[in-house]
Formats: sequence, structure tokens, C-alpha cells
Amino acid sequence: MKDAALSIEQLTVEVEGREILHNINLGMKLGETHVLFGPNGSGKTTLLMAIMGFPKYRITKGKIIFKGQDITKLPLDERARLGIGMSFQRPPVVRGVKMRDMVAACLKGQEHEERIGQLAEKADLVDFLDREMNYGFSGGEIKRSELVQLLAQRPTLALIDEPESGVDLVNIALIGELLNSLLEKDCPIPERKCMGLIITHTGHILDYVNARTGYVMCDGVIGCEGDSREILATIREKGYQECVRCFLRRAPGG
Amino acid sequence: MVEIISSKTHKDKARSAVAKPAAFGEDIDVSTYVDSTEGQPYQTDPSKLPAQAKERMLRAGVILDNPEQRAGTFIQIDNAPVHSSVRQEGVEVMSVSQALEKYNWLSDYWWQAVAVDTDKYTANVELNQYNGYFIRVLPGYKTIYPVQACLYLAKARIAQNVHNIIIAEENSELHIITGCTTASDEESGLHLGVSEFYIKRGAKVTFTMIHNWNPEVAVRPRSAAIIEEDGLFLSNYVLMKPVHSLQMYPTAKCVGENAVVRFNSVLIADAGSSLDVGSRAILDAKGSKTEIISRAITTGGNIVARGYIEGNASDVKGHLECRGLILTGEGMIRAIPELKGTLAGIDLSHEAAVGKIAEEEVEYLMARGLTRNEATATIVRGFLRVDIEGLPPLLSAELQRAIEASEKDIM
Repeated sequence: MKDAALSIEQLTVEVEGREILHNINLGMKLGETHVLFGPNGSGKTTLLMAIMGFPKYRITKGKIIFKGQDITKLPLDERARLGIGMSFQRPPVVRGVKMRDMVAACLKGQEHEERIGQLAEKADLVDFLDREMNYGFSGGEIKRSELVQLLAQRPTLALIDEPESGVDLVNIALIGELLNSLLEKDCPIPERKCMGLIITHTGHILDYVNARTGYVMCDGVIGCEGDSREILATIREKGYQECVRCFLRRAPGG
Repeated sequence: MVEIISSKTHKDKARSAVAKPAAFGEDIDVSTYVDSTEGQPYQTDPSKLPAQAKERMLRAGVILDNPEQRAGTFIQIDNAPVHSSVRQEGVEVMSVSQALEKYNWLSDYWWQAVAVDTDKYTANVELNQYNGYFIRVLPGYKTIYPVQACLYLAKARIAQNVHNIIIAEENSELHIITGCTTASDEESGLHLGVSEFYIKRGAKVTFTMIHNWNPEVAVRPRSAAIIEEDGLFLSNYVLMKPVHSLQMYPTAKCVGENAVVRFNSVLIADAGSSLDVGSRAILDAKGSKTEIISRAITTGGNIVARGYIEGNASDVKGHLECRGLILTGEGMIRAIPELKGTLAGIDLSHEAAVGKIAEEEVEYLMARGLTRNEATATIVRGFLRVDIEGLPPLLSAELQRAIEASEKDIM
């Protein structure tokens, strides 16, 4: 894609010797939000983990170009420092490391005491700053804490894994607000400095966050690409079975 | 120096135990160390001590240059007390020999918490004892700042045998920082320290002990506390520097209703260090409580982390947590948590975990932009952070500083 800030070309990824993603192509410009739909086990999280650079997700073919740089071989932490951030669906508990420490680390040593407080307040997590990372956090608290870290980190590319899973209605509205703030939705598109790729299984998050493009992932490939709301409407009406059937009809030899 | 008068029975008992090996830890041949009785000049102003000694003491939490934030100070070099002073009313700090001269009643406390015939080390302290400290806070007095005590090994191959008595009278509050350290990084030495704590009804004692030894020093502390009704004993132990061999298993006995004891230890063993460190709580009175937390890291040394809680009265509650982290391919951590209950209606529990840093946690932090080293350091720092309930913020901050000062050595 021309002018793309993120360009994924023919990406093939294996995990523990098994090929999970096959020939993925995807492009995003700054200011855009894209959503990745797909049934469980279709490879959505694998794609995010591979973009983020987790060593277990081994890229065997293809490349990832981010801000004009081929990052395919770049380690995880260097990608993070280059401007890729991720909100995890199920982050690990890190005993002894407080949320305050994590947010401070995300702020990269800037003058941060005040900023940490502001961010925590925004996410209704002030009481969590001195708690151990993710220890005893509820589903909604985990999502909000992930987003607070990303708001501190301010990545150019935010990878958001299932922001609504395990979250009640009150929480999801707040999560929507945090995501909109992270993705600079209050700014005109040309002025935004960031972009987002959101995984959603149910699509509920689209009630709160606008996304330009949607993809349906089936069995490790991108089955279709189009208007995110149109895709969601089809999924809501006919379920993922229809996506899979449609995909198989079009697949070579299908 | 003043001869410490002990009753004949103590001496007799000690003599009978002089060859008795300890229940745990490598057997130390006490006779290979020097029993120095050499005097040291008394220092009215401890800031006049040599800069190198002050620097060493400072690293063990003992501040001599500007001790505004201390309620009192005691310093012993080898076997000679060189300074004792108080800055706060209601607090007494002196050498135990002075205290024995001053108070006839002190013999009522002598070897009452620790048995003199526990092992050869307690016996040796009784038979060849050269002082120690006496710290007491009078009824109802509450110290704001801690009393500091330093036991310092200066001479090569010295055996330092001390007997400390700590008394918190009814409804008092006492904070103590004890720093034990050496003048040299390589000379061998032996530190035998008996400490007996008497925490009276409604009194609160926090005791923070920082050990900075060297790879040739053997250490055998023998401590016990007796806690009366509504009393609180908070014992924190930090060992971040190499030591040849260290074994201790302090015991706290809750004898009064609703007495509380908490033990926190932070241990690091590098290659060549052998640690056998535990904490023991005996809950003998109704409603008494304990919490024992131990964090152990090996970068090549061996650690046995013990814990023991015994519940002998109704409504007692105890929890024991031993966590060990193996940072390199070498080294060993053995966690041995033990619980004993002798009646229904008690609530004792433990958790123990030994392992390496989870890769998943390191990568999680790396995804926030930290390098692998920074991520590992953050996790280790978190592991070592013990938030101690009831410890005044000042002490908490000092404890954290002592831990952080050594963190870079282990990374």
C-alpha cells in the first residue's frame, strides 16, 4: 500500500514448528483503525504477537515494514521502542512489580509522577497503582490497565487484543473512551500520529470505536477485507460459519 | 572490661553444650578463631570514627555523621563497645555489661528467651562472651526514630561473641536498626550473636537487621522473642552481600493473647555463600497471629529457606510464604515450610515457590520498551520488594534503599 505506515507482505508465521499464518497481506496508514474479526483459533492473536515480535511467533516468510523500516528481524523490545505497543488479552501476573512501575517504564523516564496519576484517574485505576501487576485484577481492570500503559507509551501502532472480552457494559464504555483517546479519535485523521489494529471476536467494541477497515481471519489467512460495519453486520446476521463457507468457496480448489 | 556475671547454672549448662552441634547448618570449628579481648578507644562522638569504618557502617544502615534520625546509637568493634548514646527520652542504650551492673533484675531476662544450651554457639557466647547491647524503652514511651546498633568485625580471624537484650516495656514502641559488617572484604571472622527480645503487654518493636559480611565470614545468630498480650514484633532481615556460611532460625513466642509477630527476610546468595535461614513462630496464646515472608535469590550460592509455625491455642492464625528465585544456572534453593497445629480452630497456611524468572513476564515488560536486562532487573527488584505492614515509612524507605543499593551487584 502506498503511504502505508504499516505494511505486512506475504507474512507466514509458525508457532512451535506449526504454520499458523499463511501469506498475510495488510496495510495501514497513520490515523486509521482497522479491526480483525475471526472465529476462535483463526490466528488473530498470532498475527498481533508476530507484529509485536514475540520470539515464539517465528516469521518464516514475508516481511513487516513499519514506518519505512523492515522490522521483520527486529527484536521485541526494539519494535516497542520504535513505536509498536500492544494491549494483551491475558497478560501475565508480575508479582512485586507495581502498576505504577509499569506505567513509569512506559513513560520512558519522563517527568511522570503527575502523569501517572492523571492516566490512572482517567481509567479509574488510582487504587491500583500500588498493586502488583495484574495480580487479582478483574477482566475489566486488566483491559483498563493495559490501555493505561499504552496511553503512557503512546505507540504509533497500537495492537489491541480483544478489548471487550470478559468486560461488563460499564467497563466497555470506559474502555471505548480510552481507546478513542489512544487512537486520537478527537483529532482530524490527517493530524493523527497513530493507528490501531483491534482484534474483536464479537464486534461489540465497534459500538464505541470507529474503524475504517475490517478483515475476517479464517484458518490463518485473511478471508476478506472491507468496511468494518458491513462485515460485522454479516457476522451478526449469519455467524462466522458463513464467513468460513464463503472463504472456502473462493479458496483455490474450494 | 567488666566481667559479666552469669549464674553458675548458665555456665554449667553452657559447658555441657560446648561441643553440641547446631540442628542446622555446617559445623563451625570455633577454636580456629581468635578470642580477642583487645580494647578499643571509646568514642564520645561516633562521627570521629575512621571514615572507612563509617562508610562500611553506613552501608549496613548505621548513620554516624548526622544521626538526627536516630533515637540512639550503639557501636561495638570486635568485642569492645566503643560508643553508646541516646537522643530520646525514655530510651536506654548501653553495653550489656553496663546494663548488668546497673540493673540487678537483668539476670531475670538472661537466657530466658534463648536456651543457653541450644548448641555450641550459644554455649560459646555464655562462656566467652564479650558484651553486646542493651536497648530498652520505658513504659508508654514511643520512639519515632530507630535506635541503631552496629556490630563490627575489624580484626582478622576474630570471634565476636555478643549477647544482646532488648526490652520494650508495656505500651511502648521501639524501632531498631542493627547493621552488622566487617572492616575487610577478605579477612575471615566469626560472629556469634545471641539476641533476646522481651516485648511486654501492648508494646511494639520493629527490628531491622542488615548484614553486610564478606565471603570468609561465618555467622551464627541466635535470636528469640517473647511477646506478651497485644504486643507486636516485626522482624526484618536483609542479607544482600556474600558471606561464607550463615545459619539462623530466630524464634518468636506469642505468650499473650492477640500477640502478633511478622518476619520478613530478603536473602541473596552468590557463588560460595551458604545460607540456612528460617523464622519460627510459636503461637501459644489465644488470637495470636503471625506472618512469615521470605524471599531468596541465588546467583550461584546455596540457600535453605525454612519456616515454621506452631499453633497451640484457639483462634490463632499464621501464614508462611517462601519464594525463591534462581537467577543463574548454578545454585540451589530449598524451601522447607512447616506447620504444626495441636488443636482445632486454628488457621495455618503456607505457600512456597522456587524457580527462575518466567520468560513470559520478561517479554511482557520488553513489549513496553524495556531491554531484556531492564525487564529482568525490574522483576528482580519487584521480587525483592517486601511491603512490610506496620513498618514506619522512614524505616521502610531505608530498608528499600539498602536492598536497592545491592541490586546492581546481582544483576
